[in-house]
Amino acid sequence: MGRTWALLRNSWRQLTSMRTALILLFLLAVAAIPGSVLPQRSVNATRVGQYLTDHPTLGPWLDRVWAFDVFSSPWFSAIYLLLFTSLVGCVVPRLRDHVRALRSVPPDAPARLERLPQHAAGLTHDGDVASVATILRRHRWRTVVRGQSVSAEKGYLKETGNLLFHFALLAVLFGVALGSWYGWHANRLVVAGSDGAFCNTVQQYDEYGLGARVDAGDLAPFCFELTDFSASYLDSGQPVSFSAGASLTGPAVGRPRVAHFSVNSPLRLTDANVYLLGHGYAPILRYTDRFGQTQTTVAPFLPVDGGLTSEGVAAFPDVNRREPKQQMAFDGLYLPTAPETGPVLRSTHPEERAPALMLVAYRGDLGLDAGIPQSVYVLNQRQVRAGQLTQVGDAKLLRPGGSWTLDDGTTVEFVGTRQWVTLSIRYDPGERVVLVSVILLLVGLMLSLTGKRRRIWVRVTPAPDGGRSLIEAGGLARSDHPGFAAEFRALTQRISGED
Amino acid sequence: MSAVSDQLLVVAVLSYLAAMLCAAAEFAFGQRGVVARAATRELVSVGAGSSASPVPASPADPSAAAPDRAWRASWAGRAALAAFVVGVVAHAGCAAARGLAADRMPWGNMYEFVISVTLVGAFVWLGLVWRRPALRHLTLYVALALVFLLGLAGMVLYTAVNPLVPALNSYWFVVHVTAVTLASGIFLVGFVVATMYLIRNGYEKGKRSFPYTLGRRLPAASTLEPLAFRLHAFAFPIWTFGVAAGAIWAEAAWGRYWGWDPKETWAFISWVVYTGYLHARATPSVRRPVATWIAVAGWVTMMMNLFGVNIFFVGFHSYAGV
Repeated sequence: MGRTWALLRNSWRQLTSMRTALILLFLLAVAAIPGSVLPQRSVNATRVGQYLTDHPTLGPWLDRVWAFDVFSSPWFSAIYLLLFTSLVGCVVPRLRDHVRALRSVPPDAPARLERLPQHAAGLTHDGDVASVATILRRHRWRTVVRGQSVSAEKGYLKETGNLLFHFALLAVLFGVALGSWYGWHANRLVVAGSDGAFCNTVQQYDEYGLGARVDAGDLAPFCFELTDFSASYLDSGQPVSFSAGASLTGPAVGRPRVAHFSVNSPLRLTDANVYLLGHGYAPILRYTDRFGQTQTTVAPFLPVDGGLTSEGVAAFPDVNRREPKQQMAFDGLYLPTAPETGPVLRSTHPEERAPALMLVAYRGDLGLDAGIPQSVYVLNQRQVRAGQLTQVGDAKLLRPGGSWTLDDGTTVEFVGTRQWVTLSIRYDPGERVVLVSVILLLVGLMLSLTGKRRRIWVRVTPAPDGGRSLIEAGGLARSDHPGFAAEFRALTQRISGED
Repeated sequence: MSAVSDQLLVVAVLSYLAAMLCAAAEFAFGQRGVVARAATRELVSVGAGSSASPVPASPADPSAAAPDRAWRASWAGRAALAAFVVGVVAHAGCAAARGLAADRMPWGNMYEFVISVTLVGAFVWLGLVWRRPALRHLTLYVALALVFLLGLAGMVLYTAVNPLVPALNSYWFVVHVTAVTLASGIFLVGFVVATMYLIRNGYEKGKRSFPYTLGRRLPAASTLEPLAFRLHAFAFPIWTFGVAAGAIWAEAAWGRYWGWDPKETWAFISWVVYTGYLHARATPSVRRPVATWIAVAGWVTMMMNLFGVNIFFVGFHSYAGV
């Protein structure tokens, strides 16, 4: 039993030692490297999928060791949890010692002051021990008089700052955990207009994540409609500003109102923030089928370059009275500013200065009834390869307002475009905790790096004949303090020079 | 105005090069003269980081330099410092002109960022040399680092002036980028001094292979090491603040205060490595050279953050403009 206890105690001492902290810090730094080199699911899940496709043998093995989820992996967590345990184990006893030091008085002067790093003898002072103590107190030294000697200490803020810094680190960890448990986030693409409006429920999001202690009913109740979006660009195509206007309703908002927000100034509601991420164009296509029925669809296209050349699909699965193999879809390339000459491949400017839409028509079975999820931005390639979905005619270039009559007499019309934005809606209750903790951390850091712990003792020998008393002083700096010699000199001069 | 900025960059690089050449000449002429005596002075004045108090050269020094060699050496040294000052002025002008041309602070892309960081480093160096004139003999190495980085900026990273992309258009731009620029510049000087310490320490231990031969003309290791520590200790809170300001800005711009974006991750790695350096220095069982190597590793992570992340990794921070 005694041996187990000794083993535990020694292991604990090892864990809380500085050397272990150094090794763990080094490991933490090294462990974070794969999180920056390899794509991470939390940053960009699409790139992770791409990596897995590109590396069919290595990819799954990396996935097994959480190489694509480094920062939520067990091994990374183990490192920082061990580090924080080591921190707590070191800092709590130090806090105890520091409180004890704050409550006790500076120690008595050593017998031989001449053995201290700083020493001054043979000075005189006009006064007694109490006046020396007063001078020291005026310079904010913590002073105590014992008989004919004065003990003074200064620089407790260094350790206070040090402890504040390390406890603030713990508070940061707590704040992060709080946000992760009780926070949530969601993304979606919103097309401008009343038919693109959505409400803050998990079903209406393209992607969402709820914290461990959050369930779907906890989301703040509000509804959002994108009323306008404006972007301005330079002639070179470089963006200058993006801003969006939205109409908000719901209990979380109070009175229905219109709000504007942009990159760098998000929409802040109670219990949710709305951030503007990206934007693009959604062409509106109107298809008239063989039976004269018209359907209009607004299809968001995804941009592929800085000129907002966009690709997407406009699908019409319910036309032609839902006859089998009579569904229609149009694979499109939209150029906000099509080049005047040459092939129509890339848009030369992100603004709609010369919009053009290149369409390729497909007829057949879109594969939507198979029950397998598929992207709304690309055609189901399996259906195309299987011959279930075939191209109809050649590609056709349409300008806004233009229309195209297909081989079976049906027409498709390019009505115009609408803007869309991608939004990130988030709630993080730990943010404020982290912010306050970081501020305290910085304060603690500055105090601990600038504070200097030092002690001074002064022994006063009163003159036998009632003249000036003899002073002997010694000083000790407890940490690297290059200016202490000068400070000591100035102080002793002040003590002896004061009349 | 942008053309003025480009021309001033050339002037700055050439001036730093001239400073290097003059400093090298000082070493050459001052064979056993000025520099060695300055180094010996440093050895004599032990401890508390004193500046070069005028301790006379020992009269028993048999290989004291001939008077005219010493004169040439001291003039070369002064010319080196003068050329460095001219370089700093041109460098500052280059940054200011670039800022005026772009109508904003000159930190919008990698080219401008490197110009600003090196400018901070140059100013810090001038400040140090002003307070402790004996350090001016290290100007050769500081100028070398500046020439290398500025040359890289001008030849590889150069991009024409353009306004900020909307995501950067925020007052946090000034706060966050000022802080990381300042901290990086001071870390740059700290890295140079730390490297000089390691070279000099190896020389004092008896190593005589290159690069330890450079240590012959360096100030004593016992003065270089505290200086390196103080530079790093000064820059570290500024770096912490810069990263925190970046997180606050990221919350407003991207929706979350920390997302393990590659640049955020490498800023974290640099922070952890410099934390390791500060801890190592406070641990008695860790020898100073070992701790200083950690500081050098910290600078390597900073370079990875500046060049590697911007060029090789895709993330929100891709404003390299390269």
